[in-house]
Amino acid sequence: MSTQSTLDDTSTAAGDGDAPGRPRRRRRSPGTPHASGTVGGLVAKLVLMAVVNAFGVFAILAAWNEESYGILAAMVALLVAADWVYFSRRTLPLKYVLPGLAFLLVFQVYVVAYTGWVAFTNYGDGHNSTKEHAIEALLVQNERRVEGSATYPITVLERDGELGFAVVDEDGDVRVGTAEEPLAPVDGATLDGGTVTAVPGAELLDRRQVLERQDEVTTLRVPFSDDPEDGSIRTQDARTGYVSTSTLEHDAEADTMTDVTTGTVYSPSDDGWFVSPDGERLNVGWRVAVGFDNFSTAFGDSRYAGPFLKILAWTFAFAILSVVTTFLLGLFLAITFNDTRLGGRRIYRTLLIFPYAIPGFLAALLWSGMLNRSYGFVNQVLLGGADVPWLTDPWLAKLSVLLVNLWLGFPYMFLICTGALQSLPGDVMEAAKVDGAGRWRTWRSVTLPLLLVATTPLLISSFAFNFNNFTLIYMLTNGGPRFADASVPLGHTDILISMVYSVSGLDGTAAKNYGLASALSIVIFAIVATISAITFKRTKQFEEIS
Amino acid sequence: MATTSAAPRVRPSAARTGQPRMAPGRWFSELGWRHLVGVLAVVFAMFPIVYVVSAALSEGGTLTGSNRLFGEVSGSNFSALGDSMFWTWLGNTLQIAIATGVGTVLMGAAAAYAFSRFRFRGRRAGLTALLVIQMFPQMLAFVAIFLLLIGLGNVMPVLGLNSKLALIAVYLGGALGVNTFLMYGFFNTVPRELDEAAKLDGATHAQIYWTIILRLVTPILAVVALLSFISTFGEFIIARLVLQSERNWTVAVGLYGWVSSLLEANWGLFAAGAVISAVPVLLLFLFLQKYIVGGLTAGSVKG
Repeated sequence: MSTQSTLDDTSTAAGDGDAPGRPRRRRRSPGTPHASGTVGGLVAKLVLMAVVNAFGVFAILAAWNEESYGILAAMVALLVAADWVYFSRRTLPLKYVLPGLAFLLVFQVYVVAYTGWVAFTNYGDGHNSTKEHAIEALLVQNERRVEGSATYPITVLERDGELGFAVVDEDGDVRVGTAEEPLAPVDGATLDGGTVTAVPGAELLDRRQVLERQDEVTTLRVPFSDDPEDGSIRTQDARTGYVSTSTLEHDAEADTMTDVTTGTVYSPSDDGWFVSPDGERLNVGWRVAVGFDNFSTAFGDSRYAGPFLKILAWTFAFAILSVVTTFLLGLFLAITFNDTRLGGRRIYRTLLIFPYAIPGFLAALLWSGMLNRSYGFVNQVLLGGADVPWLTDPWLAKLSVLLVNLWLGFPYMFLICTGALQSLPGDVMEAAKVDGAGRWRTWRSVTLPLLLVATTPLLISSFAFNFNNFTLIYMLTNGGPRFADASVPLGHTDILISMVYSVSGLDGTAAKNYGLASALSIVIFAIVATISAITFKRTKQFEEIS
Repeated sequence: MATTSAAPRVRPSAARTGQPRMAPGRWFSELGWRHLVGVLAVVFAMFPIVYVVSAALSEGGTLTGSNRLFGEVSGSNFSALGDSMFWTWLGNTLQIAIATGVGTVLMGAAAAYAFSRFRFRGRRAGLTALLVIQMFPQMLAFVAIFLLLIGLGNVMPVLGLNSKLALIAVYLGGALGVNTFLMYGFFNTVPRELDEAAKLDGATHAQIYWTIILRLVTPILAVVALLSFISTFGEFIIARLVLQSERNWTVAVGLYGWVSSLLEANWGLFAAGAVISAVPVLLLFLFLQKYIVGGLTAGSVKG
């Protein structure tokens, strides 16, 4: 590196490892190997860094506006790192690693860490945000019109594409607000006999427009001020606005909510709800750390523990059986076609690879139709009109999943077994023959062990893949048939990852429970990590790091 | 890599010379059963594919109507695709998969170059960290990815939910973890003497990278790009969560929607869509089979 120090400026120039520098590099000028490339590279680098900086600054400002301080901090850190790496002379390796590293940190490392955090909270429906947001939402949701409260003459208007109200208050001043922005005084509004006739920067809606947008107008809620306890203005007739205030009151000091109509006091509980002394709770809660509750729910709660253990067992059975069946069939076929005298081997091989080249989701969807009980090809044609419940009987569904996975997976095993068989050392086989070993003996004591040594790492990664083979399960059976006794939407062919998906509620079939879903993800992480650790020990992949 | 590509090939003519002299019984025990097994295996492998092609070409679009193989041949299902969002989905899928493939290759190769050619503090730790990180499939963290994109979307809608760019960014997050090792091993097989000679001639590290190294490792770049393309093409769980409006869906999300809702009526449409979307992947696969299989094996088996 030291010989290069004089060139460092030029070497950093194109070192940013991005596409636009590339075509310029192709230009060859044998006399001066780096002169032309350097200028082009420098320009490319400066342009790229300008784009990166512009985007970074934009993102930082946007995050500042939205008060997302976490994103703000991350963006600042990334931007500073990028500028430092690409403009410093001492960060050569990082120039090549940084682009990938940035994505890796945000979308892989961070999300895994975040999963770990969510697993220890009750994040989900009812506990979607912070306590401040929960209080605000409660106050807004419980707003009622106060009997005998003040009414104001209002005018409906549209400002920046949003509906709002112009209100004439007690002093005769005009105040304007929208759903997002609380009422605030405006200057320059014209009044005509107590009604607003013009507001600068906004367009007043006439009678017809109001009628057209009646639903929007009657549901519009304009906060009175920044403080949710001041209530809001609503209207029924688009002419008079009345003040609604919340029937709940938040006492910041005691941190309790009081229902002013009944006098009930709700105090915060450890699990993120406001609860009254007789156990009634308000319907919006907030996120709190719940320790190992999610894990104990998975293993102990009767609603989840039963299905969870069954699903765990089936996940292992599915992954192991998938590997074993595909491997055995693939190996058998590889041996079958490993005879050089056999004609048409190439045709056989090409045709056998077809299932592997079909994207997995297509294959699973295709089979789900073919295995349909009443109309599917398998029942109707292959079995001559039989009525086999391939996907709706618990055991047959499991068998079907394994069969389809066999169809999908055997070509891969066939390919790697063929490769391994062909690369077996000839001298060892020769030696076995010389020692008088028969075909079977050679096969069992020489071929098979060598084959297994070569393929074990692939078998283990195939296991890890099938352990999380979400697409197959979701598309073929969607986890079904359902457990008869479970209150949660889980079924006999669900594997852990599809259970996580159901529990998370992101598909809309169940209440969202991010906490429990993340806890289950962590369990899968632990299992997969253990298996991978064993793989590494076996393949000694670490030895390659030198 | 070498494991499969270096397969010994016996010329077919040499292989066939022994055949005619065999007695029929011996022929069957030596070779005939292999053909029998081969035919059975090919039938098992191919009948779903034959079926889907037939269903795509059938006149009606129902599941029952598709059961008579090639009962009638018509292009009605294919032309009906034009009235659906299918072509939009296919376009989205190709955009996402190609962008991810290219990005993965660029970032993975750059990182592999750094780890293979430079000696720096934290290199070992970095490689070990990558090895550990690649154990965690990104897909498992889909809840956190969803929540992260909600947050990002508040700040920059272009990186939030329902954005193809956001989905590509998520996929690129997995670029280093999975592929760097595959590439790193291959980069190490390129003799260092080459770069040292170039360095003596005054080439910068960037010139060495772009003009020497990258050309020598083209096979592994092709493999990584292909594997990335194919896995992105079929990715479902994250695409389903991120892309919410129908216009932004990928083929996997869209076809799933067809089959899961109103299975009966949409079957012909699905079959036609399946045939079309399988063709590019299938062609890539058949033409580049040797590289793909070699690449798969190179990951774990030392050749």
